[in-house]
Amino acid sequence: MSDAPNDIVIELKDVHKAFGAQKVLRGVHLQVREGTTLVIVGASGQGKSVILKHMLGLVKPEQGEVLVFGRDLTRIRAREVKEIRTHFGVLFQNAALFDSMTVFDNVALPLRERTKVGEERIRASVMEKLDLMDLLGAEDKYPAQISGGMRKRVGLARALMLNPRVVFFDEPTTGLDVHKSNEIYRLFHRTQQQLKYTAVIVSHDVPKIFKLADTVALLAEGVIQGCMSPEEFQLAENPLIREFVETTMGPIYSSDKEESILYETL
Amino acid sequence: MVQFLEKLGDQCLHLLEQLGRMGIFLFACLWCVVKPPYKIFPIIRQIHFIGSRSIFVIFFTGAFTGMVLGLQGYYTLRKFGSEGLLGSAVALSLIRELGPVVAALMVIGRAGSAICAEIGIMRNSEQIDALECMAIDPYKYLMAPKFVAGVLSMPLLTALFDVVGILGGWLIGVVLLGINEGTYFQAMYASVEWQDIKMGLVKSLVFGLLLIWIAAAKGYFLHFERGGGFGAEGVSRTTTDAVVLSSVAVLLWDYLISAIML
Repeated sequence: MSDAPNDIVIELKDVHKAFGAQKVLRGVHLQVREGTTLVIVGASGQGKSVILKHMLGLVKPEQGEVLVFGRDLTRIRAREVKEIRTHFGVLFQNAALFDSMTVFDNVALPLRERTKVGEERIRASVMEKLDLMDLLGAEDKYPAQISGGMRKRVGLARALMLNPRVVFFDEPTTGLDVHKSNEIYRLFHRTQQQLKYTAVIVSHDVPKIFKLADTVALLAEGVIQGCMSPEEFQLAENPLIREFVETTMGPIYSSDKEESILYETL
Repeated sequence: MVQFLEKLGDQCLHLLEQLGRMGIFLFACLWCVVKPPYKIFPIIRQIHFIGSRSIFVIFFTGAFTGMVLGLQGYYTLRKFGSEGLLGSAVALSLIRELGPVVAALMVIGRAGSAICAEIGIMRNSEQIDALECMAIDPYKYLMAPKFVAGVLSMPLLTALFDVVGILGGWLIGVVLLGINEGTYFQAMYASVEWQDIKMGLVKSLVFGLLLIWIAAAKGYFLHFERGGGFGAEGVSRTTTDAVVLSSVAVLLWDYLISAIML
């Protein structure tokens, strides 16, 4: 599949989706190129996660095409969708760890269920991934016993377990403080350098996420308002993008300041 | 009037949709049971949960059901001067009817509710989506072991229920009320036939499948529930629904199987 004529990994063409009477997506066009990082931004409730769910094949559009590795997820059989998903890694918004399993078993699950690797080698590679995520010592804990930031790191370790080609991040830093989110970004950067995966990130951690992005797309009013590099995005003419940049950049910088004051006083 | 018809149609469509979904779910699960690769460990774990951990409750309900049957049967039969038939009455009613039904109701209360809640919570917290995204088939991974375990455990639990019940009847009839022991067991030998045991076996197999099916499907399709299957309340409501529905289904199928096999 890597010898595809172009380097577009995922492409959404004119995707429409409504939940009941509420029209969420009204003709979304989007392309993700191999090895790059696409960040989808937008106000809450605009359907950013819905776009992600379309790419994962969890939700079917009413109209339009979702092409992953050149194949239309809406038209192929469930088995092929499953085959495509073997190239995916997903970090869910709430990490979606299996809460009745230990951290170790969570990270080991993809290996146990999808490969025939022996238990010894599973142990070695799980410990290696946990080490990479600074999680050594937490392997026997249950998800409810660890902090939110650790849970995200476990989720990331699990997502990267089988060296996926594409990794999806749904709000990777929501609910984390500045230090913890920087930690996640650092791990993201390090693992992407190492494993060379394509990343699709849904986030509204706006100024910071731009440093990681190759492309930024704004979802507003059910369509993608512009898909461009972070620099172009910040200078874009489109009134909706301008409004987004102006409203989000301001408050977030000031909240940074507030938080750093908080840390100094502690 | 139009509004009433609209509502009625809406309800019917919803019901039909639900039935269709559950039917497809059952076939998908059964297909995953027969489809390789087979993993024995998850099945053993589920048998432990559904089967062995129900033994205690089955033992007690079985004993008391048998004792009550002995007591009630004795006083009823004495009116006709035929207390010698107590063994037959206890054994037949346990093996044909009460064994499978009461054991199934107990397992619904213990394991059915737990399965529904477990899967419902997994659905709610995106754990099932996570499985799908990891290209792990939730039917194969979560459901198939439960189905195998349910269908294997139910006949065994029912058999245990029957034996303990018969001994309970013996305790009351023979030890307490003084029927001759030989008469008690002789009446049983004379009246219980393979046909009766077969009926009990078929019932327990069907109930085992039925209760796992309803509990698992209810939890799995939590997000399709009317009125929102969200949060803790959604899970609790759906679990209640599953318990009620599977209890009713067990009694309904009990009647159907009896009617067919008698």
